[in-house]
Amino acid sequence: MFVARSIAADHRDLIHDVSFDFHGRRMATCSSDQSVKVWDKSENGDWHCTASWKTHSGSVWRVTWAHPEFGQVLASCSFDRTAAVWEEIVGESNDKLRGQSHWVKRTTLVDSRTSVTDVKFAPKHMGLMLATCSADGVVRIYEAPDVMNLSQWSLQHEISCKLSCSCISWNPSSSRAHSPMIAVGSDDNSPNILAKVQIYEYNENTRKYAKAEALMTVTDPVHDIAFAPNLGRSFHILAVATKDVRIFTLKPLRKELTSSGGLTKFEIHIVAQFDNHNSQVWRVSWNITGTVLASSGDDGCVRLWKANYMDNWKCTGILKGNGSPVNGSSQQGIFNASLGSANTSFQNSLNGSFAGRKQS
Amino acid sequence: MEELDVEPALTLVPGVAPGRGRLHFQWGPGEMLVCEAAFPGAGHGEKGPGCPYIHVLRKDQDIHLHTLRKLFNESHGIFVGLQRSDEELSGKSKKAQLVGVSKNYRSVIRACMEDMHQMAISTRDPALHNQYSTQVSILSAMELIWNLCEILFVEVAPAGHLLLHLLDWVRLHVCDVDNMVREVLSSENPSKHELFWNVVDIFVLQGRMEDARHLLSKEATANPTSKGMCKILDDLMKKMPVLGLGNTQTLTEMELKWQHWHEECQRYLQDGTFASNPHMESICKILLGDENAILEKKELMTTWYHFLVTHLLYSHPAVKPVELRFYAQSSLDQFLGGENSPEPLDTILMAAFEFEIHQVIKECSIALSNWWFVAHLTDLLDHCKLLQSHNLYFGSNMREFLLLEYASGLFSHHSLWQLGVDYFDHCSEYGRVYLELHIERIPLTTEQKALKVLRICEQRQMHEQVRSICKIMAMKALRNNRLGSALSWSIRAKDAAFATLISDRFLKDYCERGSFSDLDLIDNLGPSMLLSDRLTFLGKYREFHRLYGEKRFSEAAKLLLMLMTAHIAPCSFWMTLLTDALPLLEQKEVIFSAEQTYELMRCLEDLTAGKLDNQKLQDDDIETTKVEMLRLAFARNLARAIVKEGTLEGS
Repeated sequence: MFVARSIAADHRDLIHDVSFDFHGRRMATCSSDQSVKVWDKSENGDWHCTASWKTHSGSVWRVTWAHPEFGQVLASCSFDRTAAVWEEIVGESNDKLRGQSHWVKRTTLVDSRTSVTDVKFAPKHMGLMLATCSADGVVRIYEAPDVMNLSQWSLQHEISCKLSCSCISWNPSSSRAHSPMIAVGSDDNSPNILAKVQIYEYNENTRKYAKAEALMTVTDPVHDIAFAPNLGRSFHILAVATKDVRIFTLKPLRKELTSSGGLTKFEIHIVAQFDNHNSQVWRVSWNITGTVLASSGDDGCVRLWKANYMDNWKCTGILKGNGSPVNGSSQQGIFNASLGSANTSFQNSLNGSFAGRKQS
Repeated sequence: MEELDVEPALTLVPGVAPGRGRLHFQWGPGEMLVCEAAFPGAGHGEKGPGCPYIHVLRKDQDIHLHTLRKLFNESHGIFVGLQRSDEELSGKSKKAQLVGVSKNYRSVIRACMEDMHQMAISTRDPALHNQYSTQVSILSAMELIWNLCEILFVEVAPAGHLLLHLLDWVRLHVCDVDNMVREVLSSENPSKHELFWNVVDIFVLQGRMEDARHLLSKEATANPTSKGMCKILDDLMKKMPVLGLGNTQTLTEMELKWQHWHEECQRYLQDGTFASNPHMESICKILLGDENAILEKKELMTTWYHFLVTHLLYSHPAVKPVELRFYAQSSLDQFLGGENSPEPLDTILMAAFEFEIHQVIKECSIALSNWWFVAHLTDLLDHCKLLQSHNLYFGSNMREFLLLEYASGLFSHHSLWQLGVDYFDHCSEYGRVYLELHIERIPLTTEQKALKVLRICEQRQMHEQVRSICKIMAMKALRNNRLGSALSWSIRAKDAAFATLISDRFLKDYCERGSFSDLDLIDNLGPSMLLSDRLTFLGKYREFHRLYGEKRFSEAAKLLLMLMTAHIAPCSFWMTLLTDALPLLEQKEVIFSAEQTYELMRCLEDLTAGKLDNQKLQDDDIETTKVEMLRLAFARNLARAIVKEGTLEGS
C-alpha cells in the first residue's frame, strides 16, 4: 500500500516536527538542535536539503508553512519563549546552482513568558495571520496587515485559556456561514477535571474571540488537535490526540437570536474513539480531503482511520517499523513494493501462466 | 469496507525500530505521509548514530507503473463516453450499449495484460519480471471477474443462453489447453500421443463437440478395433442438443430433446458398450453429468468454476440464473474437497453467482490494491440501474464514494490528474468540492501547467481557485523579480491591490533606471489597464513615452497634463512628470499652449505647497534646483506661447 523512501535528516538531536508545504514539494523539519532545515523535492523525486540554519536559542517545537499566496514563508516556535517568521530570499545565481537558498528572519514574536508550544497560520481567506499558544495558557493571534511587509506584525488578540496549552488548530472552513474558529488543546496534568479542549470563536459584534465550547469529555492531557478540511458540510469535524484517538463533530445550532453575530452554540457528538495505540497518542493529521485521519502514538505505530460511505470510522492501515537498518544509499529506492495482500492468492487461484492465452 | 472486520493492512517501514517510541508524521497533498522517527528521551542513554531518518511514504505505486497508465487513459475515455451517452437510449438498445461498454472495458484490460506480459518476458531483472507477472495475474483475475459480472448483471442472460455464455467464459480463461492441443495435433500420430485422451477429455469438458469428434475420428482410423465404439460416441456427441444463439426452438423443446438424448447415453453406458475402453467410458459418464466422473478430471479443469459449468452443461443445461448459487456452492465444496479454503478470488466469484452485487464490490475493494476496478465496475452497474433497485439506500453513494477514491488517487500523479478531473465532474454530490481541494494542490512547476490548471478552473467557474493560482504565480514571479510576469498574473487574478503594488515597482524601477522593462506587456494592456488606478497610470505613462518617441509632441503634452489634472498620477510621481515636461518645453516650437502652461504651473505650486516648511529644509539642493528650473522653463514657455497665440497667422 505504501512505498517508502528514507532520507538522512542530519539533525543533531530529536526532531520535533516535520511539515509539508502546500504543494508537497518542500518540507521543513525542526529539532532540539535549535535549527530548522528546509528540503526541496527534485524532478526525479529525490529530496535535498536546501537550507539549514539556527532559528532559536532553545528546542524548536513546531514549524509550519504559510499559504504560497503569501510567498515562501515559515513560522517556528520554541522553548526559548519566542516564535519567529522567516522568508526565503531568492539568492544569487551561484547559490541557485549549488541548490541553496537563504531564509531571513522577518520578525520575532516575544510576547510569551513561557515556552511557545505551537504556531499555526490561519486559513488564507483571513489574510496573513497566525496564532501561537504557550505553556502559560495564552493563545496569541497576530496579523501582518501588509502582506508585502513581513516585518510588521501586530498582536490582535490575546486569549487566556487558564490551562497550559500544547496545541492549536484553525478551522479551515471559508464558508461565510462560519466565523473564524480556533481549537486549543491543553496538556495540563493536574488532577482537576477541566475540559482540555476549548473552542474559541470570533464574535463580529465584540470583535473579539470568545469561548464557544469546551469538550467536557476530554479530561486527559491533549497532545495534538486538528480540524478536518471542510467539504462544504455545515458541521465541523475535530480530531483530538490524547490518551486515545477521538473524533468529534460540532454542529452549529442556530445562533443566539438576541444578537446577530453572537456566539454559536454547538451540538457535539463523539463519532469515534480508538485506543488501538494502547498508549498516548501524539499526533493527528488529516489528508487534504479530510477523508483519512492518521494518528501516531507511543507504541511506535501510525494508524490510518477512514470513514466508509456509511460514516463508520475504521482503521484501514497501520505503519510500523520493521526494525531493519536503513540502506546506506538512502535515496536509491528502498521500495517496499507491496501491491496488496491478495496478490499471491490471486496467482494461486488463477490458472497458471499467461502463455498461450486465447485471444477473444 | 463497512461491516467486514478485516485486519487493517500492515505496512512495515524499513529503518524504523518497532516500538522505539513515537513517530511523527504529516500528510502531504500527494498522498504522501512523512514518517520520521524520534528517539525516545535521553534517559535511554543511547543517542543512536545521532542521525534520525525521515521516511517519505507514497501510496498507490500502481499509478506509476508505465503500462497501467494506458489502462487509466483508455478506461477514462470509455467512462466519459458512458456518462454522456446515458440519456439517449432505453430498453433493448440500452442493454446492448451497456454490454458494448463492458466489452470495451474488458478489451482494455486485456490489452494492458498483453503489454505487461511483453514487458515481463523481455526484462532481464528477475525482480521486475516478478512484478510484471504479478500484475498480469491480477489483471487476468480482474478480467475474469468482470466477464462474469457482465454475463450475470449486464447481459442478464436468461436460462439457456446463460449456460452458453458461461461456457464461453470458461473457455476463454483456461490457458494451458492450447499448448497441449497444439502438441498433440502436430504430432505424427496424435492418437498415440500420451496426452491424447487428456485433450479429448478437455474438449468434452468444455463442450467443444466438434473438436472432440475430430480427434475421435483419428483414433478410429488408427485403432480399427475401437472403431465401433468411436462411431457410437461420435454419434452421441453429434446428437447432443444445444441451444444455439440463433436457434428458433424454445427452451422447452430443447429440454425435451435433451432428456431423450440423455436417456440414450444412459442406455449405451448400461449396456456396457464402452466397457473395454475406460477412456471412452469415462467420457460417456461425463456426458451423463456424472459428478464423480467429472471430478476425476480435476487436474484438467484446474478451477471449481470450470467444474461448475461442465457439470451444469451435462446435467442442467437450462439452468436459471436464480439456481446458480446452489450449484456454485456445491461445486466449490466438492472441488476443494475440504482440503483447501476458498481464496479471495473464489469468494468474489461465489458472491457473483449468488447475485450479491454489493458483496462482490466489497470483496474486490479489499482484495485489490487500487480503486480502478471497483470504481469502473460499480459505475457500469449503476448505469444498469442495479444499485438503485437494491434494498440498501446507499447505492448511488457507493458509486460516488468509489469514483472519488479513484480520482483522488489519480491526482497524486503529475499528468494523470487531468483524467481525475472528468471523474470528479460526474460525481454530483462531492465531485466539485473534491476537485477544488485537489486542484489547488497541484504543483505549478511550469507556466504551461499553471495555464492548464487555470483553464480547467475557469471552465467550471471556480473563481476562488483561479484567483488563488494566479496570485501564487504572481507572487512567485515577483520574488524572482520578473515584474512583467507578475503583472500579467495579477491582471488575470483580477487582483487590483497586487497590480497596484507591481505597477509601483515598475515605476520605481523607471525612476531608478530611467527605462521600463517588459515594454511589450505594458504597451498591450488594453482594457485590463483599468484594473487599478496605478496600473492605468503606468499604461498611460508608457503611452506618453511612446508618443514622445514618435515625436508626436502635442499629443504627448496633452497626455502628460491630463495625467496630473485628472489625478491619475499619484502625487509622489508628479515631480517626475513635471521633469518629463522639460524636454517638451525646450523644443524649438511651442508645444504647451498658454492655457496648458498655466495648468503646469498650478500643478507645480500644488506640489510644492503640499510640502511642509521643515521638509523643504531637508530636501536636497537638487530638489530646490529642480523646482527653480521648472519655474523658469514654465515662465519662458508661457512667454513664447502668449506671443505665438497673440500673433496672427500670416496669410
